[in-house]
Amino acid sequence: MLGPQTVKNILWLIPCLPLTGAVVNGLLRRRLPARLIHIIGCVTVFLAFLVSVSGFISLLRIEEPHNRLLIQSLYQWLLTVWDQGRFSLTVAFRFDPLSATLCLVVTGVGFLIHLYSVGYMAGDESQGRYFAYLNLFTFSMLLLILADNLLLMFVGWEGVGLCSYLLIGFWFSDLEKAQAGMKAFIVNRVGDFGFFVGLMLLFWSLFEGSNGGVSGLGFTELRQAVPLLASASPVLGVGVVTWIALLFFVGATGKSAQIPLYVWLPDAMAGPTPVSAFIHAATMVTAGVYMIVRLNFLYLAAPAALTVVAVVGAVTAFYAATIAITQNDIKRVLAYSTISQLGYMFLAVGVAAFSTGIFHLVTHAFFKALLFLGAGSVIHAVHSNDMQEMGGLKKYLPYTYLTFMTAYLAISGIPPFSGFMSKDEILWATFNSHLSVPGLGKALWALGLLGAGLTAFYMTRLVALTFMGTFRGGADEEKHLHESPLVMTIPLIILALLAAVGGAIGLPAVTHLPNLLHDFLSPVLSGHGSSGHEVHAYGLEVLLMLVSTGVALSGIGLGYYFYLKRPELPDQARARFAAVYRLLLNKYYVDEIYSALFLRPVLKLVALSGLFDLQVIDGAVNLSSKITAKFSFLVGWEDLTIVDGAVNGVAAMVQRWGDWIRHLQTGRIHQYLYSVVLGLFGLCVFMLLF
Amino acid sequence: MVPEHILSWMIFFPLIGAGLILLVPKRYPTLMKVIALLATVPPLWWAASLYVGFDRWGNGFQYMEKVPWIEAFNIHYSLGIDGISIPMILLTALLAFICVIASWNINEHVRGYFALFLLLDTSMVGVFSALDFFLFYVFWELMLLPMYFLIGIWGGPRKEYAAIKFFLFTLVGSVLMLVVMLVFYFGSVEPATGLHSFDLTILADQSVHQAFLQSHTIRWLCYLGLFIGFAIKIPLVPFHTWLPDAHVEAPTAISVILAGILLKMGTYGILRISYPLLPDMAREFALFAAILGLISIIYGALCAMAQQDMKKLIAYSSISHMGFVMLGMSVFSNTTAINGAVLQMFNHGTVTAMLFLLVGVIYDRAHHRDIDGFGGLAKTMPVYAGYTGLAFFAALGLPGLSSFISEALVLVGSFQQYKIITITATTGIILTAGYFLWTMQRVFLGPLNQKYAELPDISLREAFTLTPLALIVILLGFYPMPVLNLIGTTLKHTVAMVVG
Repeated sequence: MLGPQTVKNILWLIPCLPLTGAVVNGLLRRRLPARLIHIIGCVTVFLAFLVSVSGFISLLRIEEPHNRLLIQSLYQWLLTVWDQGRFSLTVAFRFDPLSATLCLVVTGVGFLIHLYSVGYMAGDESQGRYFAYLNLFTFSMLLLILADNLLLMFVGWEGVGLCSYLLIGFWFSDLEKAQAGMKAFIVNRVGDFGFFVGLMLLFWSLFEGSNGGVSGLGFTELRQAVPLLASASPVLGVGVVTWIALLFFVGATGKSAQIPLYVWLPDAMAGPTPVSAFIHAATMVTAGVYMIVRLNFLYLAAPAALTVVAVVGAVTAFYAATIAITQNDIKRVLAYSTISQLGYMFLAVGVAAFSTGIFHLVTHAFFKALLFLGAGSVIHAVHSNDMQEMGGLKKYLPYTYLTFMTAYLAISGIPPFSGFMSKDEILWATFNSHLSVPGLGKALWALGLLGAGLTAFYMTRLVALTFMGTFRGGADEEKHLHESPLVMTIPLIILALLAAVGGAIGLPAVTHLPNLLHDFLSPVLSGHGSSGHEVHAYGLEVLLMLVSTGVALSGIGLGYYFYLKRPELPDQARARFAAVYRLLLNKYYVDEIYSALFLRPVLKLVALSGLFDLQVIDGAVNLSSKITAKFSFLVGWEDLTIVDGAVNGVAAMVQRWGDWIRHLQTGRIHQYLYSVVLGLFGLCVFMLLF
Repeated sequence: MVPEHILSWMIFFPLIGAGLILLVPKRYPTLMKVIALLATVPPLWWAASLYVGFDRWGNGFQYMEKVPWIEAFNIHYSLGIDGISIPMILLTALLAFICVIASWNINEHVRGYFALFLLLDTSMVGVFSALDFFLFYVFWELMLLPMYFLIGIWGGPRKEYAAIKFFLFTLVGSVLMLVVMLVFYFGSVEPATGLHSFDLTILADQSVHQAFLQSHTIRWLCYLGLFIGFAIKIPLVPFHTWLPDAHVEAPTAISVILAGILLKMGTYGILRISYPLLPDMAREFALFAAILGLISIIYGALCAMAQQDMKKLIAYSSISHMGFVMLGMSVFSNTTAINGAVLQMFNHGTVTAMLFLLVGVIYDRAHHRDIDGFGGLAKTMPVYAGYTGLAFFAALGLPGLSSFISEALVLVGSFQQYKIITITATTGIILTAGYFLWTMQRVFLGPLNQKYAELPDISLREAFTLTPLALIVILLGFYPMPVLNLIGTTLKHTVAMVVG
């Protein structure tokens, strides 16, 4: 096994292996046979996974948990020096328990998705481009995770935005898909704006707080310097540290699809289905959660900001779940469920249960990747996203069905599946949280619980419409229904195992067994990274577990009743609550509202600016040239009628001047060129004489 | 092989080429092109050796040459480079070489075109290495002549209008500069000799300024004159309307030079002349300049989004990107911003050169540049779409590509001094992403416009002009230190000098 020193020196391989794959496949995509493209695409990610695993093991072999940190400094990236200070950043990778966990998820789940893609994309004419993008995506995400300073993290941060743009719009001939990609990038940019302003404010606040002592944005340095922010004078009545934390959170709402910037994610399913799995599970959307956990020391210094994070998370968790109930596109349901699940993660970090947030991130990566890949397998068979055209698929797609059911139980929160473990830990931490507003913790807990019930309900609906009952597509379609090839079902099976037992890394306190993930992450987390473990109220914990299991079961039961037992009920409910149904079906009209509120005014401003430039500024230029020409003509004519000798002289000069300008207007420019040269010459002569 | 008077060689070698081209009989146009190409190769080599030999830690000018020129006025032929000029010289040498290749399809008046082009090359290198105000002015004016004809003869349908507009605008700037130059000449006395001087290194010494030049009003007016003169060149809003017209009408390679090099002369002039000569005024004007920079960033981006013509779009994007340079140059509390600004001058040179070359590629094939007139081109021209994608993402400041570094440095640096301005400027990155991606979508994505189903992809020659730029854009995104090392020391002293 590799020693820590060796691992430190090969950290760069983790992001750079997929990058190599991206470059090779990108440049040679026309020349390489499909088989080789697949091998390059998958193997590079798998090797990155192996390096991550050996790094993880060597971290574990370091006895003292607080020494579990490996940093590889590669080279000086940016450096500017002035008398009072400097701004200096290095390209360095940071491998600690937090980034190790994320690396394992991204490369591990990422590899399975790459493998699955081999089957899913078979026959597509642009496979080289596909695998190049997918590898680039992996690279960007790993860069984001491993970056040792905020600006390098921002490179990965925007890099995943780029890759999502490229992959969502992968089938670019379809204008709608291309537009979805553009929407993703621009909405993300709005968030990135917040991130970047936060970064600037953070740097200069620390710089001034330390009188130029702080010179970079490295995480070690930031962690030490953040206490300096406490003494900074508030801006607009809000503490600087709160501002910074909130600005970074704006970035997180963009990348991790929270209210108000979640709107790009549902459209992002325009990309190939494995890409959706990649975006929703392993990469991209988890970035915001990761960033907040990475900056946990900053957020702990800004309790007000944390409260905002918790509230936004809980509200998003509930809100997105309500929309998911009415959608008929299988991927769209899953997309809203991702937004909702991410809401839970933010709820967790918002109540300062950082390791719990990461726990849910991990289990969610397992079951959501599985759900999307399962949905992909279904779509592969049915050739449609519309659940109205599915039904009864369990007998045609047995492996897909079985694995999908595992993920279904996990996301619905049925013990002992992984989703139950992490979600329950979040609810427990929320229940015990001490937010700045009294009683808020309990309210958020209730909201989260309600959301969990809705989750169980809409997932039951999805399973019922897809796998249960009878096939509703045409008879022709039915003949072609088939299970996916092994290269697609094997990743499903592996993910199903993980989704089933993955919860073991974070056992609840009541079991009296160690919470492995929490213990592993604790050196990265400042102060009390609570996961509810401090509260030794086992009776209450068990009671709440029973409550949340009960809620999940009721959600499932209700779904079963509505969609299998009494299938006519949904139609009646729809008729009865038509207004509510329309509101949900149209996603609360948020896209339309944003368009009216932001997009259209900006486009108006754009048109106005274009017009203003043409008519007013350029108009003024042209007008002044016309006036000059007219004026010189006028002066020339007037000159003839004036007899006065003295005036005559002046007028003659003006006339000459005027004629001269008029010549410019007629386009004989060389005359003027000569006059410049002559003028200069004359000037020289004039000066010579003195 | 580094000749002794390397800067002089770099300036006048292209002129020798121009002379040779004039001697070639009309029936050998290819020979003229080859001569033009060969005339730009040694300067490229010398530029590389300058890059290697330049002392990164030295303060002051290097590779200096100084001989008396017009002794009666104490005018010297004085050259030298520092950290501000060297990236511009490198950029000029590179773009001149690339533009000759990009001009290979010029078939009218070949002799005139390439002779004027090489004359332009001479004047550009001259501007960036002159240390005598008079010499600077001569090169500055000399640049106008070939530019005027290159637009006016080889340009598009409204070439005369564009050429005259370009000429008049620039001339206003020149006249202002001329006046200020004379004020400085007569307003200062070299202590050693008792003579008036045009020498920029002497004029920068505030103790040579006579009482007349010490009056606040005169200094204020001088600064304003220079500022307007240079602002026209950059161009800052509202002095910018010559640029879109000039770009639309200019042939591809001339657009590249115009956006890649000529615009930088505005900001270069401020750094080379305004700041050293009038550091106190530089401080006084800083806020005003930063606001003009901000307006250019936002207004340029908004106007860019409104355009239908690809060249106009890029012209307005140049205005927006040069706004970042102005903003960064107006910060004196740290050097991060000004480093970003000078780096941005270089990066914008490479990125915008790519953009104009790319528009040239499609214009040569489709004979129009209407953004809405295409659609789905990524299907027929995947390599071209790839290059364009890279250039667009570089232009919109994608991290990992060169422009991001310079814009980030400008923004981070400016934030210390101008909070509100910088935050507003940062919204520019959203608008920029908006118009580039929207253009990308309208031209390359969506269903293929059948009219262009048969367009050939990028040719070897075109790829050859684009690839070096693409590599620089990627390299400087991940590793910008090669340029930052060149400019850092000089800029540290520039800022210290302005702060006083």
